[in-house]
Amino acid sequence: MRPAALRHGRQWPLAATRPDWGRREVLAALGAFGAGRAPLGAAVTLGATGAAVASAPVATVAAASTLKFALETIAADFERQTGHRLRLVFGSSGQFFTQIRQGAPFHLFMSADEDFVLRLADEERTLDRGQLYAVGRIGLFVPNGSPLRPDGQLKDLAAALADGRLQRLAIANPAHAPYGARAREALTHVGLWPAIEPRLVIGENISQAAQFASTGSAQGGIISLSLAMAPALATLGRFELIPAHFHKPLVQRMVLLKGAPPAAVAFYAYLAQPQALEVMARFGFTRPAGAR
Amino acid sequence: MDWQAVRLSVELALVTWLVLLPAGLALGRWLATTRFAGKAAVEALVVLPLVLPPTVLGYYLLVGLGAASPVGAWLATHFGVQLSFSFTGLVVASVVFNIPFMVQPIQRAFEAIPRDLAEAAAVSGLSFWQTLWRVELPLAWPGLLSATVLTFVHTLGEFGVVLMMGGNIPGETRTVAIAIYDRVQAFDLAGADRMALLLAVASLVAVAASFFASARLTVRR
Repeated sequence: MRPAALRHGRQWPLAATRPDWGRREVLAALGAFGAGRAPLGAAVTLGATGAAVASAPVATVAAASTLKFALETIAADFERQTGHRLRLVFGSSGQFFTQIRQGAPFHLFMSADEDFVLRLADEERTLDRGQLYAVGRIGLFVPNGSPLRPDGQLKDLAAALADGRLQRLAIANPAHAPYGARAREALTHVGLWPAIEPRLVIGENISQAAQFASTGSAQGGIISLSLAMAPALATLGRFELIPAHFHKPLVQRMVLLKGAPPAAVAFYAYLAQPQALEVMARFGFTRPAGAR
Repeated sequence: MDWQAVRLSVELALVTWLVLLPAGLALGRWLATTRFAGKAAVEALVVLPLVLPPTVLGYYLLVGLGAASPVGAWLATHFGVQLSFSFTGLVVASVVFNIPFMVQPIQRAFEAIPRDLAEAAAVSGLSFWQTLWRVELPLAWPGLLSATVLTFVHTLGEFGVVLMMGGNIPGETRTVAIAIYDRVQAFDLAGADRMALLLAVASLVAVAASFFASARLTVRR
């Protein structure tokens, strides 16, 4: 009775990530409670199927949104080759940082800014200090039909702001999304920040900023190279890199969190293998100096 | 279509309903049949989740029940239960934000039952439970039905509380409403489209069916 059209070929019901009270346990308990009572039949059925399926430990990966397309590709290869199961969750690194401190059940954290990983390590929430996996880049994305020019030096942006061609520019939230923070640094570097601030639309993470920028709701956006290279986006507009010295580098670090199951450990190791690195390179990530 | 999220939402709605129905029945009947000082305050508390912004509710649940809070720490050490970012936590949140949707229709239904019916039943020698089962519940049935439908549909659609309390973890806390948001962010508008349509149709059908059923139930009497 499993629908075939599941993304990444993952199976449900998935096992709870912790040995304590997760979804399956709650359903199983209620199912047992309601056994024999006719109106509760539906719940019993759901609870029973939930408990019956063997629970292989599934690893939950909290990954920076910029990894969206690259990591989905890598994870699919990994699952096919090893039989392990992964759950990928994408969002802004700062949000994951807060959620992990609140006790979110993630096993591997891939942060677009290594600071978040190092701070979690200082709080002893991680297995070790993790490892560098990539350096990211930002650039200006201009959707098809926009009056802006894709000028990585951001000179056209200043001109467009002056002559009214620019109404809205999308960036990720600088408060907690590293790519948003770097976008602000780049705009500050060229002296545009105070003038452009009222024109900004703020995405929750870089993926949402890219969505704003590509669907025409903004005339452009500062997004990550890796998203701009994704097939879903590449056809929607033009992209030019912003010089790396306009902002602090996007040094990205990943780390295993305490209690990570074997699938997470295996995936952590797999990410340093040539096959994974090749995919990362295809999405525009460069290897950081000092990466193992 | 993210069937995993659909299934999770349905499970969440079912569990919420199972937990809330007995409690809502007791609370709704109590509020409908008794007068006491401070009743207005209790009624206000019951309606509060309805008017509170979901993010406010989600924030307090996260801070109040999260792993860093005293309650969260106590639950974790004594029962191994973690409420933030887990299905269990979603159930707690869902029960709280559905209280008005469950209690209000039940309270109204019991209020509409003439008091002398219960008195007549008592005079005829029926016990409290017999009166409840044979006289009051059959009359309050449409209220229970609409409470059920409202709770169910509201659980399927709730977004703010679920995102704050649950994060967005597939198979554990990613409900349909969250999955739609997730699909839009992932440039998968077709996927978002299908799920949004499913939610819209399911909500419409559920509400229409409850109106239809309660109209029939009322006519039969």
